[in-house]
Amino acid sequence: MQSLLVPRTQEPAGWLSAHEIFPVAVFLAFALLPAFAGLLSEGYLLSLFARVMIFAIAAVSLDLLVGYGSLISFGHAAFVGVGAYAVGILSVHGMREMLVALPVAVLAAGLFALLTGFVCLRTRGVYFIMITLAFGQMAFFTASSLAPYGDDDGLTIAARNTIAGWALLRDERSFYYFVLACLLGTYLFCRVLVGSRFGRVFRGAKENPVRMRTLGFDIYRFQLTGYVISGSLAGLAGFLLANATECVSPAYMAWQRSGELIIMVVLGGLGSLHGAILGTAAYLFLEEWLSGFTENWKVIFGPLLVLVVLFARGGLLNALNGLAVRLARG
Amino acid sequence: MVDPVLRTENLRKRFGGLTVTDEVSIDVMPGELHAIIGPNGAGKTTLINQISGLLSSDGGRIWFAGRDITHLPAHLRAALGLARSFQVSSVLSGFSVLENVALAVQARSGSSFRFTGRVAAETDLNEAALAVLAEVGLAHLAARPAGLLSHGERRVLEFAIALAIEPKLLLLDEPMAGSGHQEGARLQEVLRALKGRFPIVLIEHDMTAVFALADRISVLMYGRVLASGSPEQIRADARVVAAYLGDELE
Repeated sequence: MQSLLVPRTQEPAGWLSAHEIFPVAVFLAFALLPAFAGLLSEGYLLSLFARVMIFAIAAVSLDLLVGYGSLISFGHAAFVGVGAYAVGILSVHGMREMLVALPVAVLAAGLFALLTGFVCLRTRGVYFIMITLAFGQMAFFTASSLAPYGDDDGLTIAARNTIAGWALLRDERSFYYFVLACLLGTYLFCRVLVGSRFGRVFRGAKENPVRMRTLGFDIYRFQLTGYVISGSLAGLAGFLLANATECVSPAYMAWQRSGELIIMVVLGGLGSLHGAILGTAAYLFLEEWLSGFTENWKVIFGPLLVLVVLFARGGLLNALNGLAVRLARG
Repeated sequence: MVDPVLRTENLRKRFGGLTVTDEVSIDVMPGELHAIIGPNGAGKTTLINQISGLLSSDGGRIWFAGRDITHLPAHLRAALGLARSFQVSSVLSGFSVLENVALAVQARSGSSFRFTGRVAAETDLNEAALAVLAEVGLAHLAARPAGLLSHGERRVLEFAIALAIEPKLLLLDEPMAGSGHQEGARLQEVLRALKGRFPIVLIEHDMTAVFALADRISVLMYGRVLASGSPEQIRADARVVAAYLGDELE
């Protein structure tokens, strides 16, 4: 009887089963990096990895929508931008306290998700993609025309947020670990969410919306809730991004950014959450490495992406899983 | 006199210039199996879609469990206890068989706005789901993804999902369509076991099954109710035999 109750792959089983090796390895690598970063150029590595983890938070939140809900949001960068602008605007007015800025960033992004999701989620498929793109662009142009807050140029932030007056985040190592804690928190939160009662209905709405309606579920309410949660988490990424770069720019909200986030999620593998982290790391490392050779690094990156989509369906995570299985068999 | 569980009054649906259901008035009494038969295109599935709320109606009214549900959205009708199956099997293929049924149990067991706690480990849901699966003889496949089931098994899973809602009325849209002889016989057995426990509206082309199971039969032709009565009355109705049953009963 017990064996019947073992959940399927989408709902991960207990800790340290085969499915857990990758996420544990990924987080271990992030946690140990600062210990080895000293051997190379520490500041560079820390800021690169912090950037990876910040975008990973946004990618994980996007995976929640795309991977578990088939809601392809093409305006996800707008939530990141709203979170970042919350930090920037508060900073301009002299408010640099994280205990204020963080909740404001997350709530502002969540509110933006609520207002736009209200409309977006009445559409499906291509129309959903188009309308999220449209809202993303509206946010982009609004930010570009905020005269008191730097127009197209955006804002510079004089100093990173303090935590109850304590300038902890101004130390690179501390900031790095703070970002890591945020990523771990986001990841675990999303894992719990997709495995919950709510998560089951949310995933069911992806599988078969008509069936869900005839079971008595108002899937609109579930999808809107998921959309707001995802947007709020992206707002958290925006808060961190603003603090990492110490500036805020409308470019954070550009549709290319939304596209990059989708690429990260697809590259890593949809619907696993840690796949999104892998995809983000792969994307940003490749960008960093290839742009060392040529300014036109996208000429190389594009075909690479085509190869992944063609030969590694299910993304890098699937390819790695396949490799692990082959190695285990000898 | 007992009130009907479901009653439609002059129900109508038009697609452009085509009137698909035309002044359809039927009722379903408690415990009754009411079969709706008729040639392809008679409007049977449209009628089921109107009753379950997937299609809005252009005229007429629908009463269910003493309430006017004409303008209620589909999910609220389901929440009132109106369960249905689909002509083309409609299960969640990416979910396991158990998860499909447990989701239906969850639908009637209250809040789904719970964000913590592993739903896969909720023994209440799983045990209730397994009990239903055992009843329809699908318990041995509980862990299998629904997408890997055979056609007949998927049909039975649809029954299980509908049962798990503990419905007040079951709408079955051609449950035997596409089944082989043996599968059909098995489904007929499952149906016989369900009969009497819930009122059922059954759309079916298999006339042997219909005449064996139905308490009452309504014949739909070009969107209109041509005749309605006991199986014996329908079999003896000259208009029905001429229009439809003639070929079917040979």
